[in-house]
Amino acid sequence: MKLVSAVIKPFKLDDVREALGDIGVSGITVIEVKGFGRQKGHTELYRGAEYVVDFLPKIKVEIAVDDTMVDKVIEAISTAARTGKIGDGKIFVFDLDQVIRIRTGETGSDAL
Amino acid sequence: MKSIRNLSLAKPLSAVLLTFMPLLAFGQDEPALSSGDTAWMLTATALVLFMTIPGLSLFYAGLVRSKNVLSVLMQCFAITCMMSILWAFYAYSMAFTDGGSMNAWVGSLDKMFLSGVTVDAMSGSIPESLFMTFQMTFAIITPALIVGAFAERMKFSAMLIFMALWVTLVYAPIAHWVWGGGWVGEMGALDFAGGTVVHINAGVAALMAALVLGKRKGYPTTAMPPHNLGLTVMGASMLWVGWFGFNAGSELAADGTAGMAMTVTQLATAAAALTWMFAEWISHGKPSVLGIATGAVAGLVAITPASGTAGPMGAIVIGFSGALFAFIASTKVKHWLGYDDSLDVWGVHGVAGIVGAILTGVFADASLGGSGLADGMSIGGQVWIQFLSVMATLVYGGVVSLLILLVLKATIGLRVTEEQETEGLDLSQHDERGYIL
Repeated sequence: MKLVSAVIKPFKLDDVREALGDIGVSGITVIEVKGFGRQKGHTELYRGAEYVVDFLPKIKVEIAVDDTMVDKVIEAISTAARTGKIGDGKIFVFDLDQVIRIRTGETGSDAL
Repeated sequence: MKSIRNLSLAKPLSAVLLTFMPLLAFGQDEPALSSGDTAWMLTATALVLFMTIPGLSLFYAGLVRSKNVLSVLMQCFAITCMMSILWAFYAYSMAFTDGGSMNAWVGSLDKMFLSGVTVDAMSGSIPESLFMTFQMTFAIITPALIVGAFAERMKFSAMLIFMALWVTLVYAPIAHWVWGGGWVGEMGALDFAGGTVVHINAGVAALMAALVLGKRKGYPTTAMPPHNLGLTVMGASMLWVGWFGFNAGSELAADGTAGMAMTVTQLATAAAALTWMFAEWISHGKPSVLGIATGAVAGLVAITPASGTAGPMGAIVIGFSGALFAFIASTKVKHWLGYDDSLDVWGVHGVAGIVGAILTGVFADASLGGSGLADGMSIGGQVWIQFLSVMATLVYGGVVSLLILLVLKATIGLRVTEEQETEGLDLSQHDERGYIL
């Protein structure tokens, strides 16, 4: 099993959610995050006083999937979240040791 | 009572009347009450109070950090209350009675505790009680404007004492100079609604306060962005609406001059707001909400002294010029010089006030659409008189404000402690928080 963690532009969340639904992903976790990458931050100006805001708001989407699904998930997110401009985000993939469904106690792939 | 303000405006018709109007003004030969004038002035008075609470209070509240939002609201509110009482006790009398041999400089204490301001007392065509209250709202907003300069760091107790001394030693005398029969008005300076008395006066006091108190802790390296520009825009919008009472009300009558004052106020403000917006758009790349709102205030300030004399097209030039200079002063010069006039009281009210006061002398001329200068007065001559009135306000207001601040600094201290400043004035001065979310 893998945990796919993707940082995306906030306005792309609906597209990503739809694309993941289309390939049969049954659940995702969404977190509002801030950070910087190559896009860096932005500046704000109030009556000539300029403030550099280092961290931009982003959305982090986490999806736990079977190994067989990983490539499809990466493809779906990449396509849906891409604008071609700087700041589109990144996808991280981790090995996932165990998954437990709390209600039933199911484990592993059955719990996904 | 418009006589006092229009003393220098020798309009053809009023040439003879002018000689007698000061007498009328002081109620020695009372004309009949005009219910139209009275109805308008009751409204205008409420509008001017509305400028301070809630207009200016919200304008300032949005510009500070969230830990200080209540402190500026509180300062404006407390000033409103304190000035009302002091005005009734003695400040009205100092500003608007005949001072005898001292009349060029200050009035008398004849109307202390509103002695003689009875139900029947008249001031021109309106009750004197109404005139007194209208003027009271000016004595409220002027000190409240200064709050922006020392926001986020002044002790509340020191603020109250400073304001009480300031209205007594600075505001009341200068109001007398210009409107109460004192030397600036006699000299022929045009200041319809308070460019010198209110805006330059508050602006220079604010600059002194910013210099004597010093910068906020962390300024300018720490980011101190406005915490709620929504409040600021609401406040600026209320200021704009209330300003019709300020400018059109300064005619003290419901007549053609009041109507034109309203027109030029609207046009100058619109021109100024657009000027600031485009100036920022050009210099920074984006038009900002704070910019358009600040520009509007600069325009309101600039047209104030000219609102009884300028024509509509002159008003647009005055608004444009006021906003342009205020923009440069607030967004560039302040940062070069490094002083911390936190909410730009000097940059907006002082600078746009000076531009407006000078241009009042230009656009009052009939050839430029104004209501006309005094007989035999050239534009150059009038501008020179305007310049003198500006300098008198800057020098007297600046020096006396500075002295008051230095005395208070040496005795009771002006600033909160560093710890209190970091904690925020809401908690440290008032044991309250603006936002419990």
